[in-house]
Amino acid sequence: MSTDTIRRTTGGFAARLTSVRQSRTGVLAGFAAAAVLLLVAAPALLPVFSLGLLGKFLCFAIVAVGIGLAWGRGGMLTLGQGVFFGLGAYIMAMHMKLADAALFGGSGVPDFMALYGTGTVPGWWEPFRSPVVTVLAVVLVPGVVALILGLAIFKRRVKGAYFAILSQALAAAFAVLLIGQQATTGGSNGLSGFRSFFGFDLADPANKRMLYLLTAVVLLAVVAAARQLMHSRFGELLVAVRDQEERVRFLGYDPATVKTVVYVLAAVMAGVAGALFVPLVGIISPADVGVTPSIAFLIGVAIGGRSTVLGPVLGALGVAIAQTSLASSFPSFWVYFQGLLFVLVIGFLPGGLASLPAVLGRLRRKRNDDGGAARASAPATSAAPVPPAVPRAHPIHAAASPLAAVPAAAKEHRP
Amino acid sequence: MKVQSIKGAFIPVAVTALAAVLTGCGSQISDPAAAGQPSGGTESCVDTSGDSIKVGFLNSLSGTMAISETTVFDSLSLAAEEINADGGVLGKQLEVISEDGASEPTKFAERAGKLIQQDCTAAVFGGWTSSSRKAMLPVFESNDALLFYPVQYEGLESSENIFYTGATTNQQIIPALDYLAEQGTKTIFLVGSDYVFPRTANKIINAYAEAHGMEIVGEEYTPLGSTEFSTIVNKVRDSGADAVFNTLNGDSNVAFFRQYTSVGLTPDTMPVVSVSIAEEEVPGIGLENIEGQLTAWDYYQTLDTPANTAFVSAFKDKYGADRVTSDPMEAAYTSLYLWKEMVEKAGSFDVDKVQEAADGVSFEAPEGTVTVNGDNNHITKTPRIGKITSDGLIETVWEAPEAVEPDPYLENYDWASGLS
Repeated sequence: MSTDTIRRTTGGFAARLTSVRQSRTGVLAGFAAAAVLLLVAAPALLPVFSLGLLGKFLCFAIVAVGIGLAWGRGGMLTLGQGVFFGLGAYIMAMHMKLADAALFGGSGVPDFMALYGTGTVPGWWEPFRSPVVTVLAVVLVPGVVALILGLAIFKRRVKGAYFAILSQALAAAFAVLLIGQQATTGGSNGLSGFRSFFGFDLADPANKRMLYLLTAVVLLAVVAAARQLMHSRFGELLVAVRDQEERVRFLGYDPATVKTVVYVLAAVMAGVAGALFVPLVGIISPADVGVTPSIAFLIGVAIGGRSTVLGPVLGALGVAIAQTSLASSFPSFWVYFQGLLFVLVIGFLPGGLASLPAVLGRLRRKRNDDGGAARASAPATSAAPVPPAVPRAHPIHAAASPLAAVPAAAKEHRP
Repeated sequence: MKVQSIKGAFIPVAVTALAAVLTGCGSQISDPAAAGQPSGGTESCVDTSGDSIKVGFLNSLSGTMAISETTVFDSLSLAAEEINADGGVLGKQLEVISEDGASEPTKFAERAGKLIQQDCTAAVFGGWTSSSRKAMLPVFESNDALLFYPVQYEGLESSENIFYTGATTNQQIIPALDYLAEQGTKTIFLVGSDYVFPRTANKIINAYAEAHGMEIVGEEYTPLGSTEFSTIVNKVRDSGADAVFNTLNGDSNVAFFRQYTSVGLTPDTMPVVSVSIAEEEVPGIGLENIEGQLTAWDYYQTLDTPANTAFVSAFKDKYGADRVTSDPMEAAYTSLYLWKEMVEKAGSFDVDKVQEAADGVSFEAPEGTVTVNGDNNHITKTPRIGKITSDGLIETVWEAPEAVEPDPYLENYDWASGLS
């Protein structure tokens, strides 16, 4: 890497900083608008039932943010986020079952265990009696599982389709495991019939609103964290790993570590979303954590635009809202429509709907001037080894060519 | 620069979090006895002022269960049409709002909430799988609304807010065992799908067998939807059992009976009693694979009662001569009429009044007279063992002498005392 390149990159960085500073006001304004919409307008305008539904969609959006990081920015096509979603959800559900049993049952044994099991609480349930352990476990268990899996998978350089298949198999196995343990996990019925959430009465509309607000705040926090991560040096490194893993390795980084960190983050997000899903929806069953829901998580992300900050969130929300409103009127039609949309997006708009303005803009430019400008920008695009999922026309991304960041960041690692 | 930007993004989060906390929390559970009761916030929104009343149908119209549940939806629609043509309920026409459960428990819970809170229906009819019922139960209880559930199930449940118009275990499983005992069956092989109904049914069968000197020579489960049965069928054949008790559900039955026939087992050498195969499922399995096998239900299309003749011909008129009627369809049809009778006895659509009026309400159903038991919200039913005939229908080969009182917890059976 010549010093010339580095100087050019540093120049690019400076230009980028200005553009970031200019856009920060816009980003903050957008964020504040979203916060007002979610935290003030929605609770004021929507009836409790619709608010609960929106809360459920926000849970999916939280999972989507994680998938956006792992898949969109990290190139890990994870078809098994249901596992982490399920871990968070079941941990929360076990705690709520035990808490309800202690509050109402007297015996302290959840109702379904008395009916279908031995009538005693198995040892591995016991830690979840404690609210503190539960909250910690919701974050730590998916995180640690992802850490172990991530190290085992990425250190062996398993990637691409092999990783996708592996993650999907995990989701399938997880669902089968849950179904088989009728006496301790509720089997295919799952866990349901919750009445309290950390001592709050779930039948009270005020508490339902509170739960919704909690979910909205978590989503906003997760989106903010994802944005910060994307625009940090680590974020640049992550994109570099996605686009040219071997070159990053050659520069002295361990791509496995980078990928594992993001995989863990995505898992934690899914786990937290699962834990919020349970009190909001009132049930968790193997049907919510297996292969089908794991793929469903992905569809919104792909449609929205997997490598952008807001694409996954808006995509997940859009798909969920469309499904709920359309599926009632056209039950089987929706599945075909969703499939068609997925195929169209993957085939013709790999960057998702978020890249639509950029793609249209590029088309328009191409038509308008067939002169030097078009020819100059064309090689830059085609030189990228992977079809760029990052919309290049976005002001922030325009200067942030993934590989350009590597030398600047790599300097720090030199002895 | 970096620190600054992080701060910049997190201030709004902090502010919004604070705002959320300040919005205030609702009631905490300080008195467990009072909590769990429907609170003041879930006041019924049912509109009884107009000349129509809303009811909800909640069936899986998509997904794996759609093939079974759409038939229930059809017979519910027939009942609603008939009731409307006959002047409605308390002079009000039924306005049906239909929702798709999409074969997912979570969807059932969500859609049930919509039918109760947003559509303000007076009662909801539907559900099929145990998991769909278990998912809906807390929704109906916390909103103090009514669900009519039309499918035979594993018992061990009774909710004030659910009326069970399908058979509980002592109206299906136990009569089937009584029949097998009567036929001199000494050894039974159990085959089932791996979920709560087969597991619970087989627990009951094991207890029954122990008390009645029968032997269970094998107990095998496969995941729902599994189609690989060669190992199990070979085990069944090698066991030399007198009969097989089949609690498989859905597509698995197709594979099971094909392989069962292919290894040379027949209804004469080793009969199979099935509890989830009705008229509707026979063509899918293939008549040649299942003719002569036994079923345990409370209703068959071939029943010779005036109510059934009318039901079957009305159904065929509406949906086509090639359609058949089955036990869950009949139970669903009956459930809408039972609700009508309860409402008219109560003189009100009010849930509390309907619950109060329910006990003793009876209806001349296609399966015979059924009466609601107000103690457990189940209904009396007449168990019948059927044999699949060469025309794909089921003929009754054994019938209980009289309608059997529902006993979901098997409290009147000494041998079942250790079960729940």
